[in-house]
Amino acid sequence: MSERKGDDTNAGLLAPVEPGDQLMAWQALNLALNRALADDDAVFVLGEDVGLYGGNYRVTQGLYAKYGEWRVRDAPISENSFTGLGVGAAMVGGRPVIEIMTVNFALLALDAIINMAAKLRYMSGGQVKVPLVVRMPGGVAHQLAAQHSQRLEHTLMNVPGLRMVAPATVQDHYGQLSQAVRADDPVVVLEHELLYFHSGPFSDGVGLPAMHAAAVQREGGDFTLIAYSRMVEVALAAAETLAEEGIDCEVVDLRSLRPIDLVTLQDSVAKTHRALVVEEDCRFGGVGAEIAAALNESAFFELEAPVARVAGADVPTPYNGELEAASIPESADVAEVVREWAVS
Amino acid sequence: MRRDLAKTFLYDMALAREFEQRAAEQYTEGKIAGFLHLYPGEEAVAVGSLRAADPGDYVVTTYREHVHALVRGITPAAVMAELFGRADGCSRGYGGSMHLFDMDRRFLGGYAIVGETFPVAAGAAYWLRLNSEPDVVLCYFGDGAVNQGTFHETLNMVALWGLPVVLICENNHYQIGTEIHRHSAIAEVHKRACGYGIEAERVDGMDVLAVYDATRHALHHVRDGNGPYLLECETYRYRGHSMADPGAYRSALEVSELRARDPLRTFRKRANEEGWVAEDEADGLAEQARSAVDEALAFADASPPPTELHADVYVEPIHLYRGRP
Repeated sequence: MSERKGDDTNAGLLAPVEPGDQLMAWQALNLALNRALADDDAVFVLGEDVGLYGGNYRVTQGLYAKYGEWRVRDAPISENSFTGLGVGAAMVGGRPVIEIMTVNFALLALDAIINMAAKLRYMSGGQVKVPLVVRMPGGVAHQLAAQHSQRLEHTLMNVPGLRMVAPATVQDHYGQLSQAVRADDPVVVLEHELLYFHSGPFSDGVGLPAMHAAAVQREGGDFTLIAYSRMVEVALAAAETLAEEGIDCEVVDLRSLRPIDLVTLQDSVAKTHRALVVEEDCRFGGVGAEIAAALNESAFFELEAPVARVAGADVPTPYNGELEAASIPESADVAEVVREWAVS
Repeated sequence: MRRDLAKTFLYDMALAREFEQRAAEQYTEGKIAGFLHLYPGEEAVAVGSLRAADPGDYVVTTYREHVHALVRGITPAAVMAELFGRADGCSRGYGGSMHLFDMDRRFLGGYAIVGETFPVAAGAAYWLRLNSEPDVVLCYFGDGAVNQGTFHETLNMVALWGLPVVLICENNHYQIGTEIHRHSAIAEVHKRACGYGIEAERVDGMDVLAVYDATRHALHHVRDGNGPYLLECETYRYRGHSMADPGAYRSALEVSELRARDPLRTFRKRANEEGWVAEDEADGLAEQARSAVDEALAFADASPPPTELHADVYVEPIHLYRGRP
């Protein structure tokens, strides 16, 4: 079971956000949900401990008191059925935001997500709309062991009919969830347990980039580092190190894993001619494999080196802290591979 | 009564029997592919329960759902065209026999994974309850579905939150080839509802009038704000689980015993005896049903195939690649 994180000094809903405010990612998600619930009666939130308790990562804090139990519903531990309940409600006019406490538990809800949410529109000949959001935090946190330290993007990115976003910045936690709630297709919002209590700049009222567009987080001409979710900060740290060595890296934040914004990657590679994908999920058959294949097919003559991958080890996550750290990418791992291929 | 209602029952059941028998023929001729699960023997359940429902009520069904679709008002032509995989089918040829949909008639689909109807029904019911709507969800499932987790998970939630659902068990006593006493510790499905504090009753699913009356009672119970209701309809399927199943796991004697209680024949006899529908009038209704299926077959045969492979995967398609996808 996950433990509630952070202090309780900021209980209740957020005060109005001032320009230039720093927010934590959980606060940005909370603001997005608060506004979605206020703006649209079709929106309701449902999941384990999202109500009275306020969410295991505080994301739904204060919403139960403001919107009541029918719109912020504490669910029993029945992931498949309460996610399926979200599908049924979405079919008839609701815009449910289902919270699955962690992606590890979403394995129990794969029937609702893959067999139902993703397929109903197509199977019905276009009659059914499933405007469902399924939020779930994943990734390797701090020594939670194999059953609480998974990534599920490789499983879910391969499902036609689903969308999946994986925000890295505080701004995107707000922006992408806000857009996911308004989207008419089912969207999985893949959050990261270690990002909830990271602070970052938040600008309110600015135009939001499209939910599925990749974003260049750092410009550079020598090497393209492609990452998503928490690995964006790993890539940025590697880019800092490499800059001191005279290797100028461009860092692209994918933001979305289905679809993947290949155009932004193609543009970047046309400039740098080298690319590396950083992913926390296991190496086999994943985001890096997909991007390497797609760039191979579509940008082969731009490439001066094979598309490289730095990925999680193909092991269940170990409990021991040192082994755990060795199982996921760190910035030094990224820098090492870049040095290997950057030499022209 | 019941004269008009009796005529409706007789026509619906005649149409159901005729439609399924002709569908079986089309399957053997290769016009229908995939899995085809037929309903002969069980007609009284879909007909009796759905005729008790209002047009505003939602319907969620299993993969053995042609008759539910027909009784709900989807035309025989649109259902048959779907079985043929054609563009004029009720799911435009993308769903097939197991995935009939008609959102205008609040027919929320046929589901081919056993146990999926429960959460979908709970979701529609949650939305109705959240908005204080008077409508109810009719959720169908077979006896095999009661050992799925979704049965127990959903019964808990709909009872806990008082959601407007009538859970209708089409207990035909077999999960494919495994008889209920070999798959369930408690073979009386209605008894399982008490574990969740849900009112339940068992009814003769071969008697269309009994199913109709019991469903009306259940719907009143739910509409009056008393929470969900479970109705177990004891019935029997004459054919195998699907066209691929010869049904070798049960005796000819068993099948013939159940056929002796045939829902069409028994209700026709009763309607005649009660003076609701005379024999010649019943013949006329059967003839009408045959013509409707003739027309449906001609329509399905003439309907074009769907051609758009990539249509309707998403409401909002997004293309973020240059060159070949």
